[in-house]
Amino acid sequence: MALRDDKVTLSHGGGGKAMRDLIEEVFTAVFEPPGMEDQAVLEAAALAEPGARLAFTTDSFVVTPIEFPGGDIGKIAVCGTVNDLAVGGAVPLWLSAAFIIEEGTEIALLRRVVASMAREAAAAGVRIVTGDTKVVGRGACDTLFVTTSGVGVIPPGRAMGAARVRPGDVAIVNGVLGDHGAAILAARGDLALSTDLQSDCAALGHLMADVLAAAPGAKAARDLTRGGLASALNEIAETAGCGIEIAEEDLPLRAEVVGVCEILGLDPLYLANEGRLVVFVPEAEAAAALSAMRARAEGAGAAVIGRAVEGHVGQVRMRTAFGGARIVDMLVGEQLPRIC
Amino acid sequence: MKEQGVRIRVRGQVQGVGFRPFVWRLARERGLRGQVWNDPEGVGVELFGEIGDFLAALRAEAPPLARIDAVEAAPFEGAAPAGFTITPSRGHGAQTRVAPDAASCPDCVAESLGRGGYAGGRRAGYAFTNCTHCGPRFSILRGLPYDRGETTMAGFAMCPACRAEYENPADRRFHAQPIACPVCGPRVWYEEGGAEVAGDAVAEAAVALRAGKIIAIKGIGGFHLACDARDPGALTALRVRKRRPAKPFALMAREGDLGAIVALSEPARAALRAAAAPVVLCPALAGALPEAVAPGMVEYGVMLPYTPLHHLLLEAFGGVLVMTSGNLSGEPQVIENAEAREKLAGFVDGFLMHDRPIARRLDDSVLRAEPAQVLRHARGRVPDVIALPEGFGGAEIVALGGQMKGAICLIKNGQALLGHHLGDLDGALCFDEFEKAVADYRALFEHRPERVAVDAHPGYRATQAGQAMGLPVAEVWHHHAHLAACLGENLWPLAGGQVAAIVLDGTGLGPDGTLWGGEVLLGDYKGFSREAHLRPAPLPGGDRAAREPWRNAVMRLDQAGLGGAAEAEFAGLAVAPLRAAARAGVNAPLSSSAGRLFDAVAALLGICPVGMSFEGEAAMRLEALARAGEGRAELVLPTAPAGPVIDPAPMIAALMAARAAAAPEALAFAFHRWLAEAFAARARALVEAGRARAVVLSGGVYQNALLHRLSLAALEGLPVLTHAKVPANDGGLALGQALIAAAQLSPGPEST
Ligand SMILES: [Fe+3]
Ligand SMILES: [Mg+2]
Ligand SMILES: [Zn+2]
Ligand SMILES: [Zn+2]
Repeated sequence: MALRDDKVTLSHGGGGKAMRDLIEEVFTAVFEPPGMEDQAVLEAAALAEPGARLAFTTDSFVVTPIEFPGGDIGKIAVCGTVNDLAVGGAVPLWLSAAFIIEEGTEIALLRRVVASMAREAAAAGVRIVTGDTKVVGRGACDTLFVTTSGVGVIPPGRAMGAARVRPGDVAIVNGVLGDHGAAILAARGDLALSTDLQSDCAALGHLMADVLAAAPGAKAARDLTRGGLASALNEIAETAGCGIEIAEEDLPLRAEVVGVCEILGLDPLYLANEGRLVVFVPEAEAAAALSAMRARAEGAGAAVIGRAVEGHVGQVRMRTAFGGARIVDMLVGEQLPRIC
Repeated sequence: MKEQGVRIRVRGQVQGVGFRPFVWRLARERGLRGQVWNDPEGVGVELFGEIGDFLAALRAEAPPLARIDAVEAAPFEGAAPAGFTITPSRGHGAQTRVAPDAASCPDCVAESLGRGGYAGGRRAGYAFTNCTHCGPRFSILRGLPYDRGETTMAGFAMCPACRAEYENPADRRFHAQPIACPVCGPRVWYEEGGAEVAGDAVAEAAVALRAGKIIAIKGIGGFHLACDARDPGALTALRVRKRRPAKPFALMAREGDLGAIVALSEPARAALRAAAAPVVLCPALAGALPEAVAPGMVEYGVMLPYTPLHHLLLEAFGGVLVMTSGNLSGEPQVIENAEAREKLAGFVDGFLMHDRPIARRLDDSVLRAEPAQVLRHARGRVPDVIALPEGFGGAEIVALGGQMKGAICLIKNGQALLGHHLGDLDGALCFDEFEKAVADYRALFEHRPERVAVDAHPGYRATQAGQAMGLPVAEVWHHHAHLAACLGENLWPLAGGQVAAIVLDGTGLGPDGTLWGGEVLLGDYKGFSREAHLRPAPLPGGDRAAREPWRNAVMRLDQAGLGGAAEAEFAGLAVAPLRAAARAGVNAPLSSSAGRLFDAVAALLGICPVGMSFEGEAAMRLEALARAGEGRAELVLPTAPAGPVIDPAPMIAALMAARAAAAPEALAFAFHRWLAEAFAARARALVEAGRARAVVLSGGVYQNALLHRLSLAALEGLPVLTHAKVPANDGGLALGQALIAAAQLSPGPEST
């Protein structure tokens, strides 16, 4: 064990032996093949099929706390990028991972995060093939920031896109909403909330593959990350040029999430998720898509929540429990009170 | 052969109100020759002969629904006709006005009831009797010009008898577009369980009401849900079915029957009898009706029957009816028969239906007579216009108003048209109505806006809609708009100088990024500065704090150093997480809202601490409690310490200390007086220092009649401007927005 320190110091970012020790002992574990060079060299076979297309995405991850019930920043960093590829219809294959580490961060924490990434990548069937680390001074970042990029392949003949959603298509989510956002809030020590909530963080590549096998006519999918279901649906409505109608009573919600939202005055429709997606499928394939989801652990709570409709183009409306309908907006910055 | 004559131009609300036949009669009585016509500018008249007192009579004897803004007379030379005639309309549309819907006139009431000289008449018992002095106008209008073919009466072909009245200038139905009779006009029926009940519709409906049933009644601007206001079982059923546990119900009764349930002052009688036929809030007579009519309130909202159908029904029923709007919670009133059957079936036992379509959804207007206030600007008041103050140019501006009480305003040609109440724009159908209203008013008034004015809050749906219009956008701060709306309705000139505005409100975005709502602003149409304000407190849970008074109480108790009391006070509620969220700044924006201070005090006095069942409930109940305590003025809460920040903490501490001994009524009253005096002192100082020329009272909290009175008392001796024509709440916001945008386009010195 060359690495003696228990906290990251600026010398770990200096480019010398300390840095090499940190990378070799902590980070290499996550990369495949181990000992890879700065650049990943990838076999092109998967891309060789005529008509196949490359999908490429990137995302940065910041979350407080770094570890929370049901996950940590590493797990999110893998799942988030895998999910971005999956909802576009791609088979996720390779990831890169870059770390910005604040001076003073516990090395034990880094080890846990990295182990979590390795575990998640293996489960999702992707390889983390290249990466980078930087150490910055105290206060220049908050403990640890992770950026992952992902490459996947979209098989020939598959075309997913919000523009393809048409009135009548059915919207399905793969489970209860807002668990991640609520769990993160509850995990913040300063909020005095005690719950058993776990983040919903999960890689959805396999689930998407099953859905697409069961419902080959699936039109579009979106992962429900920042801005939650509300933002994803608004994006789709706008791009598709149709309306979307959902029903309040059909939304899968855990009572504890509703409870946290009530105390904090938040709307679960806007809470972030890290293992949830919405998929729009033609009505005829809705039942098949639903059972495909329910057959997997990460889709056990799947539910039909609404459909695309003619009229109110670009707008999402929710039938309330009282029979009325309210407009579900895209989140505009911070939600400031409007009741006058 | 040419002769010397006089050409007269009459401007104002002079079309569709029987003005031309009136001129025709005046001219004939005086033996004058000439002609009268409608045109885009109003009514034109040419007279030949000795005109004598014609011009004086024109103003003095004008028909009831006419409103003359200007009469211009000039000599001219022309060929004189042999007699006096009404000639066809000239020109097209522009600038002409459509009259608001008007309550049945005494003649039409008598005719419908078959009373007096109308006994046995052809319209006895007929529910759609009207004339040029009364009846539906705006609610049946589909387009201009205001002719039968452009109304929802287009499908009813006039019978010869009606046609004769319509064409006779001496008849009160000359050119009454909705003229109708049992032979040719709309019909009414009563249905239960999807089938028409045989027999007289009105009589059957009255029987149902007497039996404790709830029925839907199609009116002028939408459906009402009605039941016997004296029947506790029916009231309970209506509250349960409509999921409306506590919001006061409006009542309808004949004037003679109203005296038994409310104290009717002369101003209230005048307001009730006006052609607009609004709901008027009047002091309730204790015990006159079951508590369920208006739980916790000391006023009832009452109105008189305003259509022949209402008159016939109340004659047959003989009591007091609850008349609450027929809608699903959060949705606008239902207006179509099929829609009513679909949406209201779960609420009602029967439908009193008719087959005259409603073109425009219009809620009942709501007023208070003392002090004169408009709480909801709707049926009977639109599309009336108000004149703009001196100094405003001819810019055409559309202003889109607020979020919770949507209403738009158009200004053009020195006039402002404030549109009708549209409700909470998050409601999908309310937002549809909003979009329709924008297009509709613009088309009706041939309005070509060069600028759109919106609230500065980016989350208001109206603001988002305004930004999508493709016009230059004027973003207006919420409380500046309240200030300007009050200046505007009081005709304060553009160059009239600065005023001290006490704006007590819910929440509105302020320029510092916090939410304002308890402010003393010094300003005019062009700008403002914040001179004093309530000490801000967090709103933990954002808008949720506006529904759960305890949240505000905890924050104000903490500020008063009485945090320990909060746990006991609100045992079982999540006090600790609430505080933690406020401390951590998680959805807990700071606000100086006076409305939320009302909520806090209400919660401390035991008024719906955990949650309100309708917007404003806590403040309304606190006002009711305080009015009951008006006689017990001995309790005085400590004056807020001097300075620009009005800190309620010492007041809260004193209130908590006095709670054990003092009656809640006395405490509620003392709080009202404390608030009125704290703000009045700051406004008075600005006037006395020569910095402000008058005091303005605005913002939704000023719907509170007691606070209004106490503020006026505390400002005695100063010029005070209040809202009497335009709502002090967000229903008046659009007028202020439009004026501020217009002021930006008007030449003249910048505000200092
Ligand atoms: Fe306001
Ligand atoms: Mg992304
Ligand atoms: Zn009449
Ligand atoms: Zn007729």
